Amino acid sequence: MMTRSFGTAEFLYLLKAVPWTLLLSLGALLGGGIVGLVVAILRTSPLPVLRWLATGYIELFQGTPVLMQLFVTYYGLAVVFNIQVDPWPAVLLAFTLYSGAFLGEIWRGSIQAIPRPQWEAAECLALSFPQQLWYVILPQAARISIPPTVGFAVQLIKSTSIAAIIGFVELTRAGQLMTDATFQPMVVYPIVAAALFPLMLALVLIGPDPRKAHRCHSWH
Amino acid sequence: MNYVFQFNIVWDHFPELLEGALLTIQLSATAMALGLCLAIACAYGKSAGPRSVRVLVAAYIELIRNTPFLVQIFIFYFSLPMIGIRLSADTAALAAMTVNLGAYAAEIVRAGIEAIPQGQVEAARALGLKRLQIFRFIVIFPALKTVYPALASQFILLMLNSSVVSTISAVELTAITNSLSSTTFRSFEFYFVATGLYLAMSLGFRLALSGIYWTVFQRGRPA
Amino acid sequence: MPLLALAGVSKRFGAHQALDRVSLAVDPGEVVAIIGRSGSGKSTLLRVINGLERPDSGTIAFDGKILAPTARQTRALRREIGIVFQSYNLFPHLSVERNITLGPTVAKGMTLPAAQELARRVLRMVDLEDKTLAYPQQLSGGQQQRVAIARALAMEPRLVLFDEITAALDPELIGEVVRVLDRLAEGGMTMVLVTHEMGFARRSADTILFMHQGRIWEQGPPAKLFGAPRTAELASFIDAILSVDPAAKRRAG
Repeated sequence: MMTRSFGTAEFLYLLKAVPWTLLLSLGALLGGGIVGLVVAILRTSPLPVLRWLATGYIELFQGTPVLMQLFVTYYGLAVVFNIQVDPWPAVLLAFTLYSGAFLGEIWRGSIQAIPRPQWEAAECLALSFPQQLWYVILPQAARISIPPTVGFAVQLIKSTSIAAIIGFVELTRAGQLMTDATFQPMVVYPIVAAALFPLMLALVLIGPDPRKAHRCHSWH
Repeated sequence: MNYVFQFNIVWDHFPELLEGALLTIQLSATAMALGLCLAIACAYGKSAGPRSVRVLVAAYIELIRNTPFLVQIFIFYFSLPMIGIRLSADTAALAAMTVNLGAYAAEIVRAGIEAIPQGQVEAARALGLKRLQIFRFIVIFPALKTVYPALASQFILLMLNSSVVSTISAVELTAITNSLSSTTFRSFEFYFVATGLYLAMSLGFRLALSGIYWTVFQRGRPA
Repeated sequence: MPLLALAGVSKRFGAHQALDRVSLAVDPGEVVAIIGRSGSGKSTLLRVINGLERPDSGTIAFDGKILAPTARQTRALRREIGIVFQSYNLFPHLSVERNITLGPTVAKGMTLPAAQELARRVLRMVDLEDKTLAYPQQLSGGQQQRVAIARALAMEPRLVLFDEITAALDPELIGEVVRVLDRLAEGGMTMVLVTHEMGFARRSADTILFMHQGRIWEQGPPAKLFGAPRTAELASFIDAILSVDPAAKRRAG
């Protein structure tokens, strides 16, 4: 077995995989954002069937491991299209659905945090329900939802490392390859952890501090 | 779609899947118990300890919370042997899960501690109780009661995360599903059923945790 | 023909009968003040008028037309009937001007420049022309309530409802709001107010309704109701209001 010492070439290879983690997370957040909005609206629908559908969806994705969701999506897609599917679409789809469930709950909570009198005031200005949502409720709910959404984004970036397991090349997977080749896991994994840590820290510092979330609630 | 679903193969191997589920439950429950103890100790240290302890605990929490669980598991299993600590896969899995839960739960417990009205602590101090006694008799029980829902969610998350330990070949439901699916080539069916088992375990844990809440915090006490 | 006519309107919440066969008529330009103890059904009456609550029985007619509880009719009604709430309910994420122009532009299809001109006009009516670009949280309670009044007026309603709009204000801020109410009353606006401001009621109201246990207990012009209450309930109510709050006593003249 060939062993190479861990040098700059290997470090640069690892570093190249960082954008993939972020790209995957970004895609899942955008797609999940749209799914989440639909889920949040369904959850507050007057029709029980729609509410149950949305609730069931959320229970499914919040009550099962991400890994399982990835496997089922990957093999499910392979089954449906009858070919060996490239991992990238499967992973993106799975993480989009996963994000949709969590973001949906966050946004539903944000919408429900808007006091009833705001709805009434909007109603009494002769605004229709969609108009009330668009002009009065959603802008306020969006502000409230930023801290928990940022918190979830941090979690998501960490979860994308799980994607390594089904063969998608990204940060920790690249670390795994490096380990096999260099037999120096003690060096590799702390470096991988160190590379991800500043990412997380940066996100947490840029987004508002979740513990100070109450400041976003009061406008005074 | 020309695929023919063959779930009967899954039913043939169902006892093995159930055994995997049982192992997951065992592993998770142990990590929950140990992790909670660690969390309480850390929460106490961070809120009442000397500065060195506070810094240490804060560093530990930030480190765990900002790195992926997968990496943490790998460090316990692959990196520790380099400094002479050689853990079995199952032990490494338990250790990683405990340490992981400890960090997240510590913050939750600390929030509960800080929610205790200052007046109660002052009254206890006026009665001559020492800091540790105050913590044990006045603070920790109501604190845990307050944050119980958040803790319960964290526990369920831990149970779901346990599937990741399959990567170091610790034996639990995901690992067993992996090997079964690779030997029978009925991947979709096996993962589908395993997902159902996890869902059942989630609901089961939620019920169990509610039951614990009721027996520990509410039985025989005025609401 | 009365602008607003209620006939036999009843509403119950669980075991509590909030409104019990209430009938009343409001003529154009009339100022009606509703007084009574808490729980007497005053707010419910207001909320039933503009559709925030649906009556269990009885009819409501606006401009001679009996109202059906459809969404479209309710929306059309709200273009004609405005309401000002006790807790103002301004939209915190919008400026004062946008709070006021939102209804006219979105619900009535006015162009933004026309709505902004309208906003300036109504702000002048409430003495807050200089606060166009401010945000609600920068204003005092009295100022916010006046903006809320301006917001309701911007819809150019034919009837405005006021639900205890001074009850949440610090005493020194009540005066500026009551001044606006007086001005509106003088200007011929049709107003129905639930209020504790006896001074305003005496001064500017055409009709006083005293509500008790969900019913209109006594009804009539201020002089008659305050000067010669017929029922024990009204007499004790007037007594209670005037003895407890010296400021209210002063404002009641």
